[in-house]
This record gives sequence, structure tokens and C-alpha cells, in this order.
Amino acid sequence: MYDFLIAPFVEFGFMQRALMGSLMLSIGACPVGVFLMLRRMSLTGDAMAHAILPGAAAGFLLYGLQIVPMTIGGLIAGAIVALGAGAVSRFTVQKEDASMAAFYLISLAAGVLIVSLRGSSVDLMHVLFGTVLALNNDALTLIAMITGTTLLTLAIFWRALVAECLDPLFLRSVSRLGTPVHFIFLGLVVLNLVGGFQALGTLLSVGLMMLPAAAARFWTTRVEPMCALAILIGFASCVAGLLLSYHAALPSGPAIILSAGVIYICSIVFGTRGVFNTRTRHHRHRTA
Amino acid sequence: MTDASLTFRDLTLGYNSHPAVHHLNGAVKTGSLTAVVGANGSGKSTLMKGIVGVLKPMAGTCFNAKGSRIAYLPQQSELDRSFPARVIDLVSLGLWPRRGLLGRFTRDDRDQVSKALMAVGLGGFEKRPIDTLSGGQLQRALFARVLLQDAEIILLDEPFNAVDAKTVGDLIALIKRWHGEKRTVMVVIHDLDLVRRHFPETLLLARQPVAWGETIETLKPENLLRARRFDEAWHDDAPWCEPAGDDHAHDHSHDHGHDHSHRDSGPRAA
Repeated sequence: MYDFLIAPFVEFGFMQRALMGSLMLSIGACPVGVFLMLRRMSLTGDAMAHAILPGAAAGFLLYGLQIVPMTIGGLIAGAIVALGAGAVSRFTVQKEDASMAAFYLISLAAGVLIVSLRGSSVDLMHVLFGTVLALNNDALTLIAMITGTTLLTLAIFWRALVAECLDPLFLRSVSRLGTPVHFIFLGLVVLNLVGGFQALGTLLSVGLMMLPAAAARFWTTRVEPMCALAILIGFASCVAGLLLSYHAALPSGPAIILSAGVIYICSIVFGTRGVFNTRTRHHRHRTA
Repeated sequence: MTDASLTFRDLTLGYNSHPAVHHLNGAVKTGSLTAVVGANGSGKSTLMKGIVGVLKPMAGTCFNAKGSRIAYLPQQSELDRSFPARVIDLVSLGLWPRRGLLGRFTRDDRDQVSKALMAVGLGGFEKRPIDTLSGGQLQRALFARVLLQDAEIILLDEPFNAVDAKTVGDLIALIKRWHGEKRTVMVVIHDLDLVRRHFPETLLLARQPVAWGETIETLKPENLLRARRFDEAWHDDAPWCEPAGDDHAHDHSHDHGHDHSHRDSGPRAA
């Protein structure tokens, strides 16, 4: 048991780093995912994950496979797409889904083009799928900073964010924070996706954001516990995924996301608000 | 004029260059209780949005007395009912004007939330998820939120939709309490009987204001007939409204005056 569960993390430095990095990512990304889901923007996360590709690819083209330039590039690309799509939806008749799709497709095409300018398909695979087992100190510091920023921002803007999700018109009638909060939130999404992409790749970093959040929805009806539960589910997926990857020699990113996927599917079935409880167990009711 | 809590100056509000409220002038007195009536599309809700500031005026201005806060209950709330929140979370949003983004909710605040729920007949509903409320219950919860906002100006847009007779009575009592507390209340409403019985003043809209003043005067048959004859449709070939027209030219010479009546034949502010 010890050999199976604990030993890999004690004996190997790269496993420790991978664990630390992915756990920190969960702390920041999972609550952001909960709000993405509650705002019905789950697919926005996916679009944003594609959107950061050209920035990361440009960093890769100029500096090779290095964390900092790729991260900064990803941040810039993500911010442009988020701001562009957000602005189009706020100030024109087009809704956010359409503008987001348009911007991210442009961005994705640019990204693939940039990667193909230099690298082989191995490089592309690396950018797309990440390597959690190769996190260095720079990367860990970066993830820690991103997580800290995310938690601080969420704490400060929590009430406005909840109000903006629950009743945006009301928030507009009492405060001017509505639009800024929307963009701050999109900023957090980009930040956490960029934090995740070196560990999990641009395509899968959104998995650690959305799957735990979607799973937590089946267990609770309040926002605060939902965020806490999403983080816990994120933790469990990271540990399980890394162990799976270590013992079965599988790529670690997909292993982590698939673990989260298993938890999600179990939640659909067995959650307190899941299929089993709401569909089959309703034989008794009270008089009032 | 010192006791105007809302002043409209040549206010035009609308969508895509078509006016929904056209050249509204006048003032709403502090502490008045006004019913806003008119046919569908006559600009009632648009006026409310313009007052709150959700919709920017196409021309003219609307300003409220210094330091006065507005509480607004919209006709079509953008409330997301599937959001995982409890009644208490929804109603507590009404504490925003007092507590803002970061202020802590005190025990006293929580007591006030409970009292507000009690006042709308939803005592004990604190922990109920909002997606289990009926339409009328939700409306009452939103009323409780308005109550909590403790605003000087209260705008209610068709607040009695989907509300049963007994609750309408309760809510009217609440509105009268606000009136008694010298708050300025404007209510968009369709039921003219209710208006005649409970509202001292009425604004009758048909894009242009048809009449504005004491309810009995405003709701005279000839005014109602004029309001009914109003053409709801927009016309793309309608001529542009030029501010140089004779009765508006007069307005502009008085830009900083307050409560003059601008048109001899037009409606006067109450």
C-alpha cells in the first residue's frame, strides 16, 4: 500500500514537483471553473484554452521550450481574445458565444501556423499536451503566484461576482462593477489556463478547471461548498492521475484529467443531486 | 424647486433611433406616490430604465436629487433562477448600497433581512433554494430586497404580475408604508382600479406624456382615449425629430431652470 500510494512521491523529486504544481493549480483553477460553469460559460474555458496557443507558440518560436516567454505570450494572446470577445458581446448585438468562437478560431489558426513555422509535430504535441513531470522551479513559482493572485482576486470580488451571476441587472442598478468584474473574471480564466498549460498542455488545462466544478454541482446547492468541493475533487484527480501515470507509464496530463472524468461520471450517478437520488429514490413525500 | 426628487428635462429614451419616451419634461415630487400607466409599448418600462441609468438618454437629461438612492424592481428580471443561491442570499443583495463590495454583514443586517422577509410574508424562507420558489414568492422576495435597499426613490415595474389577490393587498400596504415614510415611489401598473384606489398621482404615457397629475384628473375618459389611440409601431420613414421645433426651442433657453412648465398645452408635472 505504502509502495503504491506514497513511495513514488517520497522517492522521486519530479513526482513531488508534479504533485505540488498540480495541487496548487487545483486551488486556483477549480473555483474559477465553478463560476465559469454557473455563468454558463463552460465552453468559454475551452475556447480560451485554444486561444492562448499562438502566444505560447510565439514564445516557443522565439525562445525555444522555455516557461517564462511561453507563459507571457499565452497571457497576451488570452487577454486579447478575452477582451476582444468580451467587448464585442458587451457593446454590440452579438452574444458572447459567437464572438468568443470567432476570436478563438482566429487565434488557434494563428497558433498552429506559428508552431509549424519552426517545430516538428513533437513540439506541437508538447505545447498541446504539456509535461507535468518536467515542472522546474520557475514553473512552480509561476504557478504559486498565479494561484495566490487568483485566490486574492476571488476573495475581493466574491460578492460582486456572485451578484453578477445571480442578477446582473440588479448589480447594474446599484453599482458600476458589473462590466469590470466580468473582465476581471475572464482575466482569471486566462491566468489559470496559462498556469496549467505547461503542466497539462493548452488543450487539457481547461479539464482541471471544468471537470471538478461540473462534478461538484451534483453534490451541493450553494456556491461556497461547491468551490471547496471542486478543489477537493481536483486534489483527488491530481493524486490519482499522477499515481496512474507513474505505475502504468501513461502520460500524466491525460491521466489527471481522466481521473477527474471518472469522478465526474460517478458524481452524475451517485451525487446527492445525481441521477440515482433524484430519479429513483422518490417514493416518499411529506404532507407540506 | 427643492422638493423634486426626480427631474426630467426634455428626456428622450429609445432604441435604434426610435424614441420610446419622447420629450418628457417635469418633476416628481419627493415623497409622492405615482402610478405610471399606458398601453403596451408606451414607454413605461423604458422610462424606469432611463431613471435608473441602465439606458442612456438619446436626448435630454434625467437627474435625481443629490444623494438620493434608487431601488429598482424590473419587469423582466435577469435573475438566474438556476444559480445555487438561497432566498437569504438573494435578498441580502439588497444590502449592497450599505455594505458595498467588502463590508461585512453584521448581526443587525441579518436581522433586517429576516424582518424584510417577514414583511412580505416569507418568514422562515431564508434557507430555501431560489429555484424552489413559485413566481409570486420570487416576486415577494424581490420586494423584500427593495425593502432592504432603503432607498429614497423606489421604482417598481409591474410588480403585481403573477401575484395573487391577497399578496397584492400586502404589497400595496408595503408601498403605502414607503409613501408614509416620505419616499418617492413610482409604480408601473395596468390595473386602473388599483390606481384609482391607491395612487394619488398618475403619469399617463403614450410615448409622449398624455397627462400627468392627480389621478382623477389624469384618468379622465378623454385622456384615456387619447392614450389608446397612440400608434405603437415604429416607422422607419418617420421624419427626424428636430430640436429646433418651436416648443423645444423654448426649453433650451432655460437649460438651468428647474421646474417651469414648457408647453402651454402639454401635461404639467404634478
